Amino acid sequence: MNNPQLNKQGELQHLLSTEGLPVPILRDILDRTASFVNVAAGSEIKKVPLLHGKSVFNLFFESSTRTRTTFEIAAKRLSADVVNLNIGSSSTSKGETLLDTVHNLCAMHADMFVVRHSSSGAAHLIAQHVAPEVHVINAGDGRHAHPTQALLDMFTIRHYKKEFHNLRVAIVGDVLHSRVARSQIHALTTLGVPEVRVIAPKTLLPACVERLGVHVYHDMLPGLRDVDVVMMLRLQNERMQGALLPSAQEYFKYYGLTQERLALAKEDAIVMHPGPMNRGVEIDSSVADGPHSVILPQVTFGIAVRMAVMSMLAGNT
Amino acid sequence: MNIQIKNGRLIDPRNKIDAQQDVFIAERRIAAIGKAPQGFVAEQVIDASGLIVMPGLVDVAARLREPGYEYKATLESEMTAAVAGGVTSLSCPPDTDPPLDEPGLVEMLKYRARSLNQARVFPLGALTYGLKGTELTEMIELTEAGCKAFSQADAPLTDTRVLLRAMQYAATFGYRVWLRPQDSFLAKNGVAHDGEVATRLGLPPIPVVAETTALATALQLAGETGVKLHICRISSAAAVEMIRTAKHEGLAVTCDVSMNHVHLTEMDIGFFDANCHLVPPLRSLRDRDALRAGLKDGTIDAICSNHSPVDEDAKQLPFAEAEDGATGLELLLPLVLKWAEQERVPLLDALVQVTINPALLLGQKIGHLSVGAHADICVYDPKSTWKVEPAALKSQGKNTPFNGYEMQGRVRYTLLDGQIVFQQ
Repeated sequence: MNNPQLNKQGELQHLLSTEGLPVPILRDILDRTASFVNVAAGSEIKKVPLLHGKSVFNLFFESSTRTRTTFEIAAKRLSADVVNLNIGSSSTSKGETLLDTVHNLCAMHADMFVVRHSSSGAAHLIAQHVAPEVHVINAGDGRHAHPTQALLDMFTIRHYKKEFHNLRVAIVGDVLHSRVARSQIHALTTLGVPEVRVIAPKTLLPACVERLGVHVYHDMLPGLRDVDVVMMLRLQNERMQGALLPSAQEYFKYYGLTQERLALAKEDAIVMHPGPMNRGVEIDSSVADGPHSVILPQVTFGIAVRMAVMSMLAGNT
Repeated sequence: MNIQIKNGRLIDPRNKIDAQQDVFIAERRIAAIGKAPQGFVAEQVIDASGLIVMPGLVDVAARLREPGYEYKATLESEMTAAVAGGVTSLSCPPDTDPPLDEPGLVEMLKYRARSLNQARVFPLGALTYGLKGTELTEMIELTEAGCKAFSQADAPLTDTRVLLRAMQYAATFGYRVWLRPQDSFLAKNGVAHDGEVATRLGLPPIPVVAETTALATALQLAGETGVKLHICRISSAAAVEMIRTAKHEGLAVTCDVSMNHVHLTEMDIGFFDANCHLVPPLRSLRDRDALRAGLKDGTIDAICSNHSPVDEDAKQLPFAEAEDGATGLELLLPLVLKWAEQERVPLLDALVQVTINPALLLGQKIGHLSVGAHADICVYDPKSTWKVEPAALKSQGKNTPFNGYEMQGRVRYTLLDGQIVFQQ
């Protein structure tokens, strides 16, 4: 089957998922990110002209502040023209179909779409229907994928741990509903992390999750033992209504990341979270703000990684 | 008109005939097989050299979308598709708009179908009013209007007491109840098999237990009430095993499977191919193999097209939002042939699943070519190959997971009641 993310030359045409991304492309994105970290980090150079004259459309069918903002900043630092569209509140409520919206925007000569949608596969569908020179970046589709989040996580891990081949990584929480977790798992296994664990109660794990190449734990104590990286997932409050969990309190008691539990991990372990955090639900404040936490650097790297992806795509025409 | 079909290989599963035999048709019925009856003069001769002559196919599940969904398909378009696929009889589920819960609606549908003079249409009546699962329909009236069995289609019937009573009432009059087993709570919002593919793609899942728990309930209630139960569109290995056991225990239960599930698995979803958004969901390879084994050993009684034409716009959406269903009437025969070839099932056995078995489920004297039977006949070329292309399909529904597939077996003639209704 053709990889819908790659063009005929095997270059990145769209970024839809971390699954099926060739290792050289993944590494290339991380290397480029390193060079953009300097642009982003308040050095003399605030802007580079790599996307000068290009239009980037932020197409958000599902609301998001953080992701949309980081994409917007990234595009602007690359000198692109940015148009933000919160479709959730306009066209679709007037009955326009997803593809009609996309065709209309293509007619306005968009060069790149950054898409977020509540349905898994929406970015793939759009990528199939845009003009051949247009690039699509998936900024989160349903439970399926959130590749730029996973890439910034990989950059953060590489920044602190240097290599992937000797790591033990634990992903903790609501894997079932998490597009972040899926993208993280594919990126980690592709980059050669030998042991990826998921830790969650059975109600928050999807079927056959072990076939994604992870080890399943239901208990934090063995799950966190000797890990190098702890990646926490956000627990949404709606999960109590679906009879997936009895209460946030009980969840925190058994699956919350506390200092005591973190002590089971390696001494130099890092703690990550894609945000926004629920303090006292999945993570204790003392851990979130503690010395192992790299949660704020993640956000900073998030802009650089999106610049890296956009510049790579713009170069592949 | 007197017609002679000569030099063809006649396959009639009911009469266990697989031989080169001529078929003689007079007064709309089979007048003789092999030798012409005395004084028979053919007004038309169909040369079936190199072709296979078989009873017209009987499809137990084809949605015609009338009344109510004419933008998806019409009787005209779908009946044309049926005969192009060699299907001369079909039964349609009651999930139209409004549902087939009133005798008048059924009579109208029968009348419209009859006036088109293509395939025979055997409607299934709604088991409950509006398919809402609360009140029983007038089953006697509906039967008099032409309903051949009663079904909830894909609508949930969560109240087990209503289900029990529906079965008791149907059993009183010897009516058959058709159910597609699915627990609506376990399947809620689901769109794909609860397996590796749904996990990778992040698609809301439908677990196998959604099928088996509902099936267990239906089998228990059927045993209790003595109703003749037909289970529609089973999809899982576990369900095949449950029905196999129930049959061994002597329960009056039958079942069918859709041709899609005989050939495809969850893997065919690929990168969110909405053509594979089907009900029930495509399951694992293991499930598909168990369905094939169930066909071989007779646990499964019939293969249907589960023809469900969908308009183009309804498929051009992200997978979960896209409407379920696929066109199928024109693919039923080649897909049965493909399965038979892959599994090395002799044609005489394979075609049972689309002729005499479904005819018996509908309680109709069709699906065979005995002398005196309706001359409903399909003549096809087993060597002719063709590629599935949406534009070439007669059905108004153009969506199928088999787009682009090479098919072997092309219908040359379809006869309904001794009249040629399709030829190419």
